[in-house]
Amino acid sequence: MSRVVRHARHVVGENPVTGVAGGVFLALLVLAAVGPRVAPYDPLLTNTRHKLEAPSPAHWFGTDQVGRDLLSRVLVATRLDLGIALSAVALSFAAGALAGACAGFYGGWVDRIVTRVMDTIMAFPLFVLAMGIVAALGNTLANIVVATAVINLPFYARMARAEVNVRREAGFVDAARLTGNAPARVLAVHVFPNCLPPMMVQASLNLGWAILNAAGLSFIGLGVRPPTPEWGIMVAEGAAFIVSGEWWIALFPGLALMLAVFCFNLLGDGLRDLMDPRRRT
Amino acid sequence: MTRRTLLIVALLALAPTPSAQAQGRADTLIVVTESGPNNLDIHGVGTNRPAYQAAWNVYDRLLTFGVKTLPDGTRMYDYSTLKPELAESWQLAPDGMSVTFKLRKDAKFHDGTPVTAHDVKWSFDRAVTVGGFPTFQMKAGSLEKPEQFEVVDDLTFRVKFVRKDKLTLPDLAVPVPVVINARLAKKHATAQDPWAMDWLKANPAAGGAYRIESWKPGVETIYARNDDWKSGPLPRFRRVIVREVPSAGNRRALLERGDADISFDLPPKDFAELAKAGKLKVIGHPVENAHAYLGMNVKNPPFAHPKVRQAVAHVIPYQEIFDSAVFQRGVLLAGYPIARGTAGYEAMAPFKPDPDKAKKLMAEAGYPNGFETVLSYDQGFATINEPMAILAQEALAQIGIRATINKVPGANWRAAFMKKDMPIFLNAFGGWLNYPEYFFFWNIHGQNAIFNTSSYQNPEMDRLIDAARFETDPKKYAEQVKGFVAVFLRDLPRVPIYQPQLDVAMQKSVGGYQYWFHRQLDYRQLARE
Amino acid sequence: MLRLIGRRLALAVPGIVGVVVVSFLLNRALPGDPAAFFAGPAATREAVEEIRVKLGLDRSLPEQFALYVRDLLRGDLGTSLTTGQPVSRDLLARLPASLELTLAGLLLAVGVAVPLGVLAATRPGAWLDHLTRVVTTAGVSLPVFFTGLLLVYVFYYLLGWAPAPLGRLDAVSAPPPTVTGFLLVDAALAGDPETFRAALAHLVLPAVTLGLFAMAPIARMTRAAMLGVLGSDFVRTARASGLAPRTVLVTYALRNALLPVVTLLGMIFSFLLGANVLVEKVFAWPGVGSYALEALIASDYAPVQGFVLVMASLYVLLNLFIDVVYGLVDPRVRIEG
Repeated sequence: MSRVVRHARHVVGENPVTGVAGGVFLALLVLAAVGPRVAPYDPLLTNTRHKLEAPSPAHWFGTDQVGRDLLSRVLVATRLDLGIALSAVALSFAAGALAGACAGFYGGWVDRIVTRVMDTIMAFPLFVLAMGIVAALGNTLANIVVATAVINLPFYARMARAEVNVRREAGFVDAARLTGNAPARVLAVHVFPNCLPPMMVQASLNLGWAILNAAGLSFIGLGVRPPTPEWGIMVAEGAAFIVSGEWWIALFPGLALMLAVFCFNLLGDGLRDLMDPRRRT
Repeated sequence: MTRRTLLIVALLALAPTPSAQAQGRADTLIVVTESGPNNLDIHGVGTNRPAYQAAWNVYDRLLTFGVKTLPDGTRMYDYSTLKPELAESWQLAPDGMSVTFKLRKDAKFHDGTPVTAHDVKWSFDRAVTVGGFPTFQMKAGSLEKPEQFEVVDDLTFRVKFVRKDKLTLPDLAVPVPVVINARLAKKHATAQDPWAMDWLKANPAAGGAYRIESWKPGVETIYARNDDWKSGPLPRFRRVIVREVPSAGNRRALLERGDADISFDLPPKDFAELAKAGKLKVIGHPVENAHAYLGMNVKNPPFAHPKVRQAVAHVIPYQEIFDSAVFQRGVLLAGYPIARGTAGYEAMAPFKPDPDKAKKLMAEAGYPNGFETVLSYDQGFATINEPMAILAQEALAQIGIRATINKVPGANWRAAFMKKDMPIFLNAFGGWLNYPEYFFFWNIHGQNAIFNTSSYQNPEMDRLIDAARFETDPKKYAEQVKGFVAVFLRDLPRVPIYQPQLDVAMQKSVGGYQYWFHRQLDYRQLARE
Repeated sequence: MLRLIGRRLALAVPGIVGVVVVSFLLNRALPGDPAAFFAGPAATREAVEEIRVKLGLDRSLPEQFALYVRDLLRGDLGTSLTTGQPVSRDLLARLPASLELTLAGLLLAVGVAVPLGVLAATRPGAWLDHLTRVVTTAGVSLPVFFTGLLLVYVFYYLLGWAPAPLGRLDAVSAPPPTVTGFLLVDAALAGDPETFRAALAHLVLPAVTLGLFAMAPIARMTRAAMLGVLGSDFVRTARASGLAPRTVLVTYALRNALLPVVTLLGMIFSFLLGANVLVEKVFAWPGVGSYALEALIASDYAPVQGFVLVMASLYVLLNLFIDVVYGLVDPRVRIEG
């Protein structure tokens, strides 16, 4: 354990940015957990007498067009946005890894089918595919998660397939098979865990993507329903107010979005360095 | 190389280009809009609202409306006076069952051929035959069958009435009955397409004040003045460019920086601010015979119970909505079903938020603990609808009505309210012909037209509406209008919230703007001052 | 070589078939009723049914699909209900706008990211390296539409440096005679410097918005590839032979490092073509992205299907092209080929 800690400290020391990113990630998780409790106002409470007020001591982030406190909304939205990102990536990871691992291990027609499906998904302009899925299945949170998961599937599937392929003929796999383990068990217990590290890096990079995707969908009206606070939809609404000078409505959720995505991306880079120094980029 | 050089090139490119374009700029009008025409033929299938603007300026009609000046100096069409356009005079028959028009002798289509009564007949036959919106609009003025249209001679045209209807003549001045160059159109007609719908979609066969110079759907439409136009004073702008700019913020920025001359569709907040800032000319006019309302389905519980609907009327925050969603660009109705400027209007604002009374009504109706429901609205108008919905949702929660908000994409909105199964929803309606019974006929009458979104059917109401439609005695008419308003306020199939306003923002150098009932821009009156 | 191309094309066909099927199904699953939409206001149920028959929507799903495929093979992508034009004509007219924008964005991204990546590789671990990573990652972390709006606000509305976000040219300028559809190329061919400058000026902000997005992966890949190459034997030999550092860097290392970057470019290009949609909406750019978006919102099936098909085909062709170029440039690939 201490070797890992020493290694981690070495990496972070060489790469202070990763340390900061990790810290921010933890902070976001904490916010997601306690957001509603630390928010100064009810994020859904309207107060039209105080609408469109600039940031002030009473409202640190100002208020929106129906008088809701923006700080509270941004804080509470953390839970939703992180939730969307984590569930989409988790779903994508699980499904893609399973498909890819089976394809790489068993080969044959399993491989062919999985590859065809992934190629089909990859051939679509990704954002348009997400648009289409949400528009077709309906404007709900679950569908946004599903759409984001679907468009990210191919990355995991390909990666899992490649990694499993490489290790399929390795010595330890042969040994495992010879000692009588069923093929499925060999795959699950011996081969797959070794493929995890590079896939985790991909996962953390995809977290940022998932949030941006949801934000993009909100911008064209396919996002979460009002009055639910979500960073993307808040930016989309605030966009209309930029020109008239109420810059705070779009800026703060935009910054929150950027911070989260930024942190996930940097974290992914750092994770890569941590996992495998040879692959450090 | 790389970055530095690239930056320098970019900055050089951004330097302003000299004004070789300056002369062209003064007699060109640049209009920015959210969306443009999807069809240059107003009789076409699924023609959208921006297409009416194209049709209005590119085609002529037999008649048009006069102008009147309001106390504040703004001008609008005068629905009580009809003026000649292609018809230079007309005569009602002694028995009152037909009208004969004399066409002007010097009118020509854009291709130089003269306008004759045969063209008028072909065009009107087309309007009443193709179905859809054009036929529906013609019917609103009792123009229903091709047999009503008669060519007396090349320059004389007769319309026979099926019944005496005060709306017939005004209905000939609305955008729909355009006069098409029949000879040119017929050259492109086929057996399957006898009305040349395919060709006229992109190729107007017209004779109006402007020609279409180019049409790029989804991008821009460019109009060029028809210098041989005789049906009215020659327009001052030589060219009109209508650019589609989907982002409202950009449209406002363009106006404020002077890169665009005029725009309609900005959010009400922007109009309120631009009016206050004073750098641009902002003209607002309440839309006639129109209101935005909270509709309820009266056929299905829980809103089937009249006390529930009254409870809703007593809890909606009218003033708050008027201030925050609409920025006071309109007229507060707070329940009154007739708009300002229409006969029978009274500034009475019958309802004020009274949560205690509302709770009592809910208990009397058998819902002391409220119920769950879904509040729907048209996402295409989200700028206003969303804050309205949020405020309404909050207010309804006070009396126990827990509403989830359902945003319906614009393309699906008509299908949604055609099904008539939404329990409670936000919608708006405006009628082109400014009579209260006209509005009630399409929205409240038991004939259950598509616009009767509440599925309200009450024989007592129908009797009053039908009487008012054909009543000629002004005293009896006023009684009937009062009557159907009273029944409405008792039954409340919908709660009218406010009367919308048509706002326009333009450069101070642009003058001549006139409000039209069709809410589209008439380029013919505009000028650079 | 030809056999390679042929084999690659054959491999691509099932992918396109999959795209056709999925886009068809997705489109049919879109809610809303175009028949009701186009029957117009005040349509009765009968009128809507008439329109439904006219649009062919009353037939069974397999029948509709068969008709669609038949039309597709004839080159008929259907008619857009919102513009009233054949989809193929609309797409052809609008594709150059999207391509020009995407290429400009890509060029900008490459122009900034590749030098940054090279610099970062020559000083790994230094503050420049970290700064590069932070800056490029920041670029990719902002929602594309947010960046666009912000740029318009600052550079057009506040500073007045950028031209109005009205599209590719000013409202009053006439476009040059169409040869390729790329305004910059056409203006250059027509010898019209004023239009060239106007088109370039209008291109800057949207291209920057798009380019910011592509910078991070390009910089990262360049850095990684350069690091790999700089540590290799032949570079060590070149250095040991006394060649100037600059020559070693540019002539030997960079050329070899660019290969994986080129492959990445293909993927980024096709990805940008999809991300175009939001940028085109913000800048009123008359490209295929905004076309498909308007159609999607209007439940107008044909353009969305056409758009997806064209994009997917472009992606396949582009990857094929890159594979071929790669094969030509890298002799190792050819030997394995």
